[in-house]
Amino acid sequence: MALTGLLLFNTLTGIATLVLICLGLGIIYGMMKIINLAHGEFVMLGAYVTVFAANAGVNLWVAMLILAPVAVGLIGLVVERCFIRFLYGRIIDTMLASWGLSLAIIGIVTSLFGNTVRGISAPLGSFPIGHYRTSLYGVFIIAVAVLAVVGLYALLRMTRFGLVVRATMGNPRMAAALGVAPPRIYMATFALGAGFAGLAGGVLAPVSGVSPVMGAAFIARAFITVLGGGPAIITGTSIASALFGSIDEFATFLTTPVFGQVALLLAAIIMIRFLPQGITGRVFRRSL
Amino acid sequence: MSSVPSGWRGCLLVILAGFVLLFGLPQVVSLYGVVQMTVFVAMAVFALSQGFIWGFGGIMSFGQSAFFGLGGYVYAVSVINMGDSTIPVLLAIAVPAAFAALLGYFMFFGRISDAYVGVITLTVTIILFNVVNSTSGDFYTIGQAALGGFNGMPNVPPLNVPGYPDAAFGPIDTWYFAMGALILVYILLRGILASRFGRVVVAIRENETRVQLLGYDARVYKLLVFTIGGGVAGLGGCIFTNWGAFISPTIFGLASAAQVLIFVLVGGLGTLVGPVLGAFGIEYLISIIGTQQTLNANLVLGAVLVAFVLLVPQGLVPVVWSGIGRLLPRRFAGTGEQTAEAQS
Repeated sequence: MALTGLLLFNTLTGIATLVLICLGLGIIYGMMKIINLAHGEFVMLGAYVTVFAANAGVNLWVAMLILAPVAVGLIGLVVERCFIRFLYGRIIDTMLASWGLSLAIIGIVTSLFGNTVRGISAPLGSFPIGHYRTSLYGVFIIAVAVLAVVGLYALLRMTRFGLVVRATMGNPRMAAALGVAPPRIYMATFALGAGFAGLAGGVLAPVSGVSPVMGAAFIARAFITVLGGGPAIITGTSIASALFGSIDEFATFLTTPVFGQVALLLAAIIMIRFLPQGITGRVFRRSL
Repeated sequence: MSSVPSGWRGCLLVILAGFVLLFGLPQVVSLYGVVQMTVFVAMAVFALSQGFIWGFGGIMSFGQSAFFGLGGYVYAVSVINMGDSTIPVLLAIAVPAAFAALLGYFMFFGRISDAYVGVITLTVTIILFNVVNSTSGDFYTIGQAALGGFNGMPNVPPLNVPGYPDAAFGPIDTWYFAMGALILVYILLRGILASRFGRVVVAIRENETRVQLLGYDARVYKLLVFTIGGGVAGLGGCIFTNWGAFISPTIFGLASAAQVLIFVLVGGLGTLVGPVLGAFGIEYLISIIGTQQTLNANLVLGAVLVAFVLLVPQGLVPVVWSGIGRLLPRRFAGTGEQTAEAQS
C-alpha cells in the first residue's frame, strides 16, 4: 500500500516536472509552430540564475519563482529580436538557428562558469508515506506545475492579451487586419515561453545537478511530449505529460531511469505513427 | 536548387581530385598529417550521408549521428567478437541501415511533417547517448565486448586484410581504406542521383504532392533514401572507430549531431562536394580551436551555425561557384548552369 502510494507520488512528481519543462516549449510551438531547440539551455540558464542568486543571499523562493523566469524571459526577448524574428515562416531554419544558439549558450556558460556541476540543497525536508519518507519538495513541484497550467489557461482565456494571442495563433493575417501587430505578439510569446523555461529551471535547480550541459537531460522528453500533445498548447501538453510521464516513471520503477526514457521514446514513436498530428490533432481539437 | 556543376564533368573532376588526394597525400604529408586527414575523411563520409538525405531527399534528420555512432559501435562490438574485420565492416553498414529503415517506417508512413522528423531523429540520438552512457559495468557485455558506458570502448582492433586477421592495417592502409570508401560513396550517391530513382527523389524534394499525384509512392522513396543515408553514416562511424581504435558515447551526443548539420550547411545544401569540403573545413577549425584555451568549441560551432542560417543559407560551394561563374566568360558560366539544370 505504502509502496503504491510512493509510486503514485513519484509518478505525479514526474508528470509535474514534465509539464513544467514542456510548457515553455509548448507555448512557442503552439503559437508559432517553431521548435525552440535552445529550450533546454533556457532551462539551464534559469537554474544558473537561481543558484547564483541563492548563493548571493537572495531568498531561494524569490530566486526561483521570480528572478529566474524574469531573467530568462528577458534573454528570450533579446534572442527573438536578434535572431528568431528574421526566420519566421522558415521552420527548419528556425530550428537550426535555435540549435546554433543552444550550442553557443552552452559554450558561453562553460567559458564563464566552468564545466562543473553546482547545486543547492532542496528545501522543505521530507514527509512520510507509510513507512517510506519522501521529499516534501515534490509536493511543491506539483503545486507549481498546477499553478503554471492554471495561470497560463487564465491568461489565455480571460485577458485581453490572451484573446489577441489566440486570435494571432488562429489567423495572423486576419488579426493583423484588425489592428494587431503579429510580430509584437510573437515577440511577447517567445519571451513568455522563455520565461516558463526559466521557471522550470529555477524550480528544478535544487533537484538536478546544475551544469552547462544539463539542458540535454530534459529536452529529449520535452520535444517528444510537446509533439505528442499536438496543436492545443495546454490540453495537449498536459495530456501528453500525464501519459508519457506515467510511462517514464513506471518503466523507471521496473528498470532504470535510462530505460524509462527509452520506453517513453518508443511509446511516442508508435503513437506518432497513428496520431501524426499529436493527441489534440485527433481528440479535444477545440481545446486550448 | 543550386548552380553547382553536378553533371558528369564536375563529377569526374571531383573523383579525379579524390584520387589525387588518395595517392598524393601519403607522399607529401607526414604520418601525423595522414592520420589527421583520416578522421576528416570519416567525418566527410558522415557529412555525405547527411547531405544526401537532406540536400537531395529533403529529409530533415537532426540525428544522423545515431547511425554514425551505431556504425562505430557495431563495428567495435563485432570485430572484438569475430577477430576478422570483413564481416564487422559490412555489419557496420547493414545494422544502421536496418535501424534507419525501421525508424523511417514509423516516420514516413505516419506522414509526419519535417519538423517532427527532425525532432524525432534528434530525440533518438540523445536517448541512444543516454542508453550507451549507462552501460558501464560487467552486466553490459556483448560476447567478449564490454560496452564500457561513459568511458567508451578502447583498443578496438583495426581493420585487416579480408580473411587474414593477423594482417592488420597500419595508419597508411587505414587512410587508403577511408579515402577509397569516401570516393566510392561519392560515386555511389552520384550514380543514385543520376538514375531514375534519384530523379524521383529530387522531384519529391521539390514538390511531394505533385509526385504523389503522378503515381509515385513518396513514402517508399523517402524510406529508401533514409535507409541509404543510415548505411553511409554507419560506414563513416566504422572509419571513425578505426581511426582512433576507440569509440565513446559522445559520438551520439548533441554536439556530434549538430556538427554534421554544420558541415552540410557550410559546404552547401543540395551538393555532394559541399558537405565533404564543409567537413574538412570545420574539422580543421575544430582542431585549431582544440589547441588554444580562449575560445570554446561549442561557442564557435554555435556561432557558425547561426551565422550561416541567417546570412549564407545556401552554403559556401554554391556561393563561390556562382561568384566564379560571374567572373568567367559567359560561355563557361552557361555550361555550368545547363548541366546543373539537367542533373540537379
